[in-house]
Amino acid sequence: MPAANADPIVVIDDVHKSFGKVEVLKGVSLSVPKGGVVCIIGPSGSGKSTLLRCINGLVPIDQGSIRVANFDVHKLKTDQEKIALRKEVSIVFQQYNLFPHKTALENVMMAPIHVLREDRGEVYLRAVALLKKVGLSAKEAVYPGELSGGQQQRVAIARSLAMRPEVMLFDEVTGALDPETVKEVLNTIQELARDGMTCMLVTHEMHFAREIADEVYFTDGGVIVESGPPGELFDRPVKERTRAFLSQIL
Amino acid sequence: MSRLGWCDPPPQATDLPVLLPAASRLAHAAADERTAGAFRCRLRPAHGVVLLVLFLIGCGLAQAQAEPGQPSILATLWKWTPVLLRGFLFNLVISAVAMTAGTLAGLFLGFAQVSLLLPVKKGAWLTTHFFRNAPWLVLLFYCMFLLPFQITVFGFTIPIPDWIKATLGLSLPVMANVSEIVRGSVQSIPTAQWESAASLAFTRRQTLWMIIFPQCIKRMLPPWMNLYAILTMATVLTSIVGVDEMMGLTRQALSAENRSGLLLAFYSYVLFWFFLYCYPIARWTVRLEARYAVNH
Repeated sequence: MPAANADPIVVIDDVHKSFGKVEVLKGVSLSVPKGGVVCIIGPSGSGKSTLLRCINGLVPIDQGSIRVANFDVHKLKTDQEKIALRKEVSIVFQQYNLFPHKTALENVMMAPIHVLREDRGEVYLRAVALLKKVGLSAKEAVYPGELSGGQQQRVAIARSLAMRPEVMLFDEVTGALDPETVKEVLNTIQELARDGMTCMLVTHEMHFAREIADEVYFTDGGVIVESGPPGELFDRPVKERTRAFLSQIL
Repeated sequence: MSRLGWCDPPPQATDLPVLLPAASRLAHAAADERTAGAFRCRLRPAHGVVLLVLFLIGCGLAQAQAEPGQPSILATLWKWTPVLLRGFLFNLVISAVAMTAGTLAGLFLGFAQVSLLLPVKKGAWLTTHFFRNAPWLVLLFYCMFLLPFQITVFGFTIPIPDWIKATLGLSLPVMANVSEIVRGSVQSIPTAQWESAASLAFTRRQTLWMIIFPQCIKRMLPPWMNLYAILTMATVLTSIVGVDEMMGLTRQALSAENRSGLLLAFYSYVLFWFFLYCYPIARWTVRLEARYAVNH
């Protein structure tokens, strides 16, 4: 397990973001070391998903700074710069958002071929390997509409991994799944983390967060209320708000 | 600033996650309404029966008014049928050419309507709505009288026959309607698809061509076919400006026969041919709509 201050790959400093009059993020700061696994927990509407979308530039921030690998995300202006960033940072969504007109394999292959402009043969081999890794070798030629939620989500993870990102963001990826299929998706993520991928997860799966995370952040009302290693945050929360939240959910 | 930066998605009525499923469903319904246009071609078998009855009544009335020695009404119809069908074929040619030209121009205009360049977008919007809301007959007259009857290119004089001008006139409203079909279907694709494509570092152009438009084709097909059925029925308008299609030929046949009572029989006969052609298209459209409605 890497030390928290070793060689951070994601550094978020005092990030503010408003949608209209609603301030969703009110000065959030955190950093993630390379190969680290960070979980962000908190009640709905606390700005968790927005924070993730800020990190890969899907949502521009109002104030503060975000640095990911060599990119100053808050300074990226042109499409080309944002595209360069998104090659390094990939996000998996709650609703999978696979491309319905493409098969599972094509979903995985599309971005490396057309965005990274890599050789089709190489990409094919990699895509096949990735689908095998997420346990869906039998579903290569199947369209998303014929896959279960858990299977779609695993294809989505493979699709993100095919870009060979430095950082993976997971936005409540099990939120739309039934309890039985949650396990298969979590196993996939756990394997990734074990392989040394830098992961940031917004999740409501507390047991999973405890198991996988190096650092857990509890957010509420657009700020980080409390953070720490899972053992400390879950077992000995300092703040009253954290205790209240955890007592509701655990 | 938009929520997604460069890949500006169509605006949605709500950002509340709980309302999104309903909102997207409503957006789909609204888009379908828009793309389908004001009227829809909804032919049913019963319509065919009504036409047949009308035709038989027409024949009966004509027969009752026939003077002794005149050929029977069915024989008269039969005599004129080759001429009328040649006219009908002309209707179909006009509809096919107008549809092709209108669709090509409409696709172009529709793409312009989803452009991020404001002048292009506004210009396309204005063009679309002008031609979509102008009466078809007015556009037809404009084309008939404003276009030259011949053009000279490099010393060659190329005549422009009336039917070409009329076809062009019909292709204008088709263009505008196709443009709306394109825009509506692009906007009916869930914003999540844009977000997903953006997060995989696709450019806007790539997103449109590889991810959005391919999904649009399915949605565009039913309203497009509906539009074709409507256009086919509208081709008879060209008879007003002197094109010898089925309607015009029927009028000529009637005046040549110079016999009272033929009117109802002849025109319901014409109607029946149009029904025969449009009915399968209408049924097919309904089937496609039903199929695509469930698995968007």
